[in-house]
Amino acid sequence: MSDNKKTILIVEDDIDFLEQTSLILKSGGYNVISASNEKDAEKIISNDKYDLAILDLMLDNDDSGFVLSHKIKKINKCIPVILVTAVTKETGFYFDSPNNKQSWIKADVILNKDIRYEQLKGEIERLLKGE
Amino acid sequence: MTTLSVLIVDDELGMRLGAERSLLDYFFKLDKFDDEINFKTTLVENGNDAIKILAEKNTDIILLDYKLPDILGLDILNKIKTEKYDLLTIMITAYASLDVAISATKSGAFDFLAKPFTPEELRNTVKKAAEHIYLNRKASKLEEEKKKIRFQFISVLAHELKSPLSAVENYLLLMKDKISGDNISSYENMIGRSIKRIDGMRKLIIDLLDLTRLESGAKNRVFEELSIYEIVNDAVEGVMLTAKEKNITINFNCEKNFMFYAVKDEIEIIINNLLTNAVKYNKENGSVDLNIFTDNDNVRIVCKDTGIGMTKEETSRLFNEFVRIKNEKTKNILGSGLGLSILKRIINLYDGVINVDSEPDIGTTFDIILKKQ
Repeated sequence: MSDNKKTILIVEDDIDFLEQTSLILKSGGYNVISASNEKDAEKIISNDKYDLAILDLMLDNDDSGFVLSHKIKKINKCIPVILVTAVTKETGFYFDSPNNKQSWIKADVILNKDIRYEQLKGEIERLLKGE
Repeated sequence: MTTLSVLIVDDELGMRLGAERSLLDYFFKLDKFDDEINFKTTLVENGNDAIKILAEKNTDIILLDYKLPDILGLDILNKIKTEKYDLLTIMITAYASLDVAISATKSGAFDFLAKPFTPEELRNTVKKAAEHIYLNRKASKLEEEKKKIRFQFISVLAHELKSPLSAVENYLLLMKDKISGDNISSYENMIGRSIKRIDGMRKLIIDLLDLTRLESGAKNRVFEELSIYEIVNDAVEGVMLTAKEKNITINFNCEKNFMFYAVKDEIEIIINNLLTNAVKYNKENGSVDLNIFTDNDNVRIVCKDTGIGMTKEETSRLFNEFVRIKNEKTKNILGSGLGLSILKRIINLYDGVINVDSEPDIGTTFDIILKKQ
């Protein structure tokens, strides 16, 4: 493993989405670690090193992603978090950009499913550069 | 208690007050709906005031004098019709002539009262109108609810069909890009998952067809004497392969010459459904016990597994459409979420009952009785 490879944590309970996203990120030159439930994710969050996290909003609970994101930021607020959700499509509920109104959401970017992988890769690059 | 608003339009003060007195203490019961209806009144003496009150849209019944000082009762009727107010009109006329009756009915009046009338006559006429309006509103509310449920069903269904499709599509796109190199064996997992998702999709469609057939009314149901033993035997063979993968033992107990007069497809669906679930949600080295016996000419089917079980809350949601109990233990098990609602519908066709007894990590028992038809 080369030293300059960045590690991305993916937490997602849809195993196909997890598999596909991992493959894409690995082929894009990242290391990937993953969890498919809140408990496993918490273990990784407190024990492992990673540079960015991609979290599904709804895991064991409807707000698992918010909870995990909060915990990540508490440990190291510099780690960028991308929240992935199908909530907007299913309920029409829109989360505004966290930079503006919804300061209670401790995430840097919220992406709606179905995700375009190009967009995801772009966001990751942008966040890792610290922009 | 439901209170209906009655607008009384008459230029004679005595008439207005008399009608109001007859209605204010009056109420009647609607036993079927476990409800009571009473009335409140608004009194006006001319047509223009009546139109103003009607525009507020909270009138349920209007008692309308045919002859008003400013405009004709018929003009108000027409106004009610063009504005599509949700109310019923009772016309009050001094000279009950056939002509008046015909033209008012054509314009949409619900009923008539010929002056002079007794309080009793007034109440009976108003009661008739009130019942009519109450039933109509109940019916349209029900229709509205049905529409909503149907819409919900379709949107969940669309989602359930779309998600395997996107999963497979994304795998194909990754393969097209040769994301894991040129060696086909690197793609085994992707191919395996794609096949699994497509398989799940096909099962959903088959379940959906079963459900629609059951929903569309049970026409063409062909009853015959069925050998329950044969059906069970076939079903057990059908799940054997999956059971072996997890080393699950299937025991069944059924009289060889047990016959039951029923529709073959329906009984097959019940037995298959029970067995598939008992295997699918079982643990390694678990077991399934299927016992079928007669119970006063009825059939009793008891299917007990040593599977992952469910909590009380999960069990209570079990028979709803598209409900799949989602937790750590079930996340890799695919299913349409329709199996048990199909099961329940078939059991209803046989005036049967189904009981579920389940305990997390211990197992689940389905106990079904089908009545002899």
